[in-house]
Amino acid sequence: MKRWPSLTLFTVILFALWLLLNDSLAPGQLLLGLILTVVITASTAAIRPLRAHPHHLLTALGLFFVVLIDIIRSNIAVAGIILGPAKRRFSSGFMKIPLDLRDPYGLAALACIITATPGTVWAGLSPDGGTLTIHVLDLQDEGAWVRTIKQRYERRLMEIFE
Amino acid sequence: MTMDEIPFWADLLGSLLLISGSLLTLIGSLGLLRLPNLFSRMHGITLGNTLGLGCVLLASILIASIYAERFVFQEVLITLFMISTSPVTTILLMRSGIYRKRADTGKKPEAGQDTN
Amino acid sequence: MNGMLPWAISFALIAVALAMIFAAIRLLRGPAAEDRVLALDTLYVNSMIMVLTLGIQFGSRFYFDIALLIALFGFVGSAAIAKFLLRGEVIEP
Repeated sequence: MKRWPSLTLFTVILFALWLLLNDSLAPGQLLLGLILTVVITASTAAIRPLRAHPHHLLTALGLFFVVLIDIIRSNIAVAGIILGPAKRRFSSGFMKIPLDLRDPYGLAALACIITATPGTVWAGLSPDGGTLTIHVLDLQDEGAWVRTIKQRYERRLMEIFE
Repeated sequence: MTMDEIPFWADLLGSLLLISGSLLTLIGSLGLLRLPNLFSRMHGITLGNTLGLGCVLLASILIASIYAERFVFQEVLITLFMISTSPVTTILLMRSGIYRKRADTGKKPEAGQDTN
Repeated sequence: MNGMLPWAISFALIAVALAMIFAAIRLLRGPAAEDRVLALDTLYVNSMIMVLTLGIQFGSRFYFDIALLIALFGFVGSAAIAKFLLRGEVIEP
């Protein structure tokens, strides 16, 4: 029963999703959702590869708002580049960032954050996991991008997952 | 409740969200035509995937809640789904583009030389 | 002063339709296969936005279900094609 805590969280999330999808709190839906989520959780427990150890949920909330603000800001920046003069549209390129994050769930979250932010796309991780390659639309100041990713995202993700 | 009875603030807010969302989507798709190569074009569509869709979903939540006279937030499901899936497609396409470029030229594309 | 929403909906529908035309042009022109998949991805997201806008216009909840289904199938489709381009196989043994 060592898996019990993470299973419970997974079950609760699935149950909430089921109720949201049906948009009702009727007793029948509650019962059906409970049966379905317990059966699904129990039957897929064997194929979930790794357990995540998220802690510091307050930091996670802070990260969410940081990412939201960054998405809004870079949406406006990328819209400006697309509508702007031709010179700025040709300044894209690949760059490398040294990485200290090792937790697989943390890396998955970092990939989602980097790709969901317009202007940067995750392009690959070196086999030893130490160097990250990203593609940047507006590649003018590499140092600024390294600082953004390391200080705004990676530090918080390491706090959450390690 | 019908469309004529929507309060003024919701009318204004919903209109603003719809217009900004659709404009962002339009600019993102324009990026597909205006940006010079495959790797830059990927940044354009992220506009419509994130904030463009987000604004329209917020407008939909707002107007549906006013129609139903209770808080309807089923649209959160689409948001969650798109947040977790749209990066997957983009990353797969990015890796496929890099892989094919390397197969074509015999080496990994570096910064500054990926213009075609 | 009331009644801005119908105009905003018409504007949004026209803008998204224009965006779909741009994506379709890239779909037909696209030099590489990746460009075409990218254009298809844009097309399904745009059609989802259009369905949601229509849902606001007609005030019906059925459009939400359609949008959710478009999101599901669109993701599966583009992810499968992207995986095929990357590895030459969708489901590997």
